[in-house]
Amino acid sequence: MPYQEEHPWLVTGVHGGSSVAILQAPENGWPAGAERRIRERPAAIHKEFPLAGQAVGRVPVQPETDPQGLVFGTVDDQARARLLAVLAEVLPAGALETEVERLYRHGDDAERRGVLRALSLLPDSSVRLGLELVADGLRTNDPRLIAAAMGPFAAEHLDQAQWRQGVVKCLFAGVTLSAVADLVARTDSELLRMARDLAEERRAAGREISPDLRALLGMTVLMALVPPRAEDDRR
Amino acid sequence: MRFFDPMRIFDPHIHMTSRTTDDYRNMHAVGVRAVVEPAFWLGQPRTGLSSFTDYFDSLIGWERFRASQFGISHNCTIALNPKEANDPRCVEVLDVLPRYLGKDGVVAVGEIGYDSMTRAEDEAFVRQLALAVEHGLPVLVHTPHRDKKAGAARTLDVVRESGADPGAVLVDHLNEVTAPMVADSGCWLGFSIYPDTKMDEHRMVALLKEYGTARILVNSAADWGRSDPLKTYRVGQAMLAAGFTPAEVDTVLWQNPVDFYSRSGHLMLDEDISADAEVVSFAGNSVLRGGS
Ligand SMILES: [Zn+2]
Repeated sequence: MPYQEEHPWLVTGVHGGSSVAILQAPENGWPAGAERRIRERPAAIHKEFPLAGQAVGRVPVQPETDPQGLVFGTVDDQARARLLAVLAEVLPAGALETEVERLYRHGDDAERRGVLRALSLLPDSSVRLGLELVADGLRTNDPRLIAAAMGPFAAEHLDQAQWRQGVVKCLFAGVTLSAVADLVARTDSELLRMARDLAEERRAAGREISPDLRALLGMTVLMALVPPRAEDDRR
Repeated sequence: MRFFDPMRIFDPHIHMTSRTTDDYRNMHAVGVRAVVEPAFWLGQPRTGLSSFTDYFDSLIGWERFRASQFGISHNCTIALNPKEANDPRCVEVLDVLPRYLGKDGVVAVGEIGYDSMTRAEDEAFVRQLALAVEHGLPVLVHTPHRDKKAGAARTLDVVRESGADPGAVLVDHLNEVTAPMVADSGCWLGFSIYPDTKMDEHRMVALLKEYGTARILVNSAADWGRSDPLKTYRVGQAMLAAGFTPAEVDTVLWQNPVDFYSRSGHLMLDEDISADAEVVSFAGNSVLRGGS
């Protein structure tokens, strides 16, 4: 089966619906205003966080090379990351995690994506929560959440077994492996074995091998001398 | 000759959660590019708050993504529905509604209104109308299927007392009997086209001849019951066959829903669709031949 037919969203653009044709005009100066309001009263983030898409639009940061916003995210992802960075400055450990978790659990798809993409900006006290949220994102079937979950935070903190599962999930969901942070540095012989098995399955089923899977298989040659990693090895 | 001419369709009331990906594909094929999915009853009663929030979360998450895979923009309305307003285990959902009402793609409070016209339904209806006014959102009002005329009249009384702008209120599931009083109220008129028994596309065309195209929305209300997600398209065909112009069809099937729901400031439409706007003023009536 052709790859694009298996993943129709690859041609429909799933970065979160529209830019702004129908929406109210972006509010000038919203990012600065929102950051100020959160500094003054941290609870304001629950009002500001959902507004990011309406205020700055929802287009991918690099539409030419990344039309779905899976690799570099979208402009509203960036705006939400700034809000979370401010929140992390003004709230102590503990309180910060409570609010971040609420933002994620009560968030729509775009808000959840925004939290996942900002995890690497949060302090060490947020790592445990971050791991839970990444696991949640990787359990979904939404490529935008899967891609956001496999960013720098995952590269730094997921254990090797979870991280491999995340990469394979990307291959299944049609998420380009360019979205996986530190792909080359963390790839090990076990991941390549999984990739080979997946390719074999696809060939047997007469399905197309995606360019990303092919590229990963291409690493086999280079990785032949790389020793396997222990399951709990994080780097 | 193409089988279908481009007809741009916005189904303003359809429960896609209960539909398959084949439905999405067929809808896209006949021109459906946007939908609004009102929060409603799932057939099986819910017993607590988290079943509601999981459902709401799927309307603003997974279902939106599912629709986008087929080139359809998915928006929703959020509310405690009239039927479940009668279950005390569900009423606490009213307290979490504000969390959803500011979000992108949440374009109205709804479906609210009456099912059996109980005291509990009264309270939930009034409280949610107030929430809509407070959040500056339009309202989607469901009218009861039993005792329809009395139900519609009482609905309009409650709406009037709430202070909501009638221009921001859509009263749905109307028929020949209930349409006149809603038309007089200044509210928008919603008609659900069903495969049998209730309103069909030919009766709809007759109503459009009588009332014109302003303030009228047509939907399939397709859900888990006997229903047809292509009914909006059939109405478009029936309108053309009856001599309405393509521009008039576009007013009813696209522009009216856009006008009504964009009052929320939260309506999300794909940019490409809006750019397609001009395509719609297509000339000729090959749609008439296309289907036969
Ligand atoms: Zn309904």
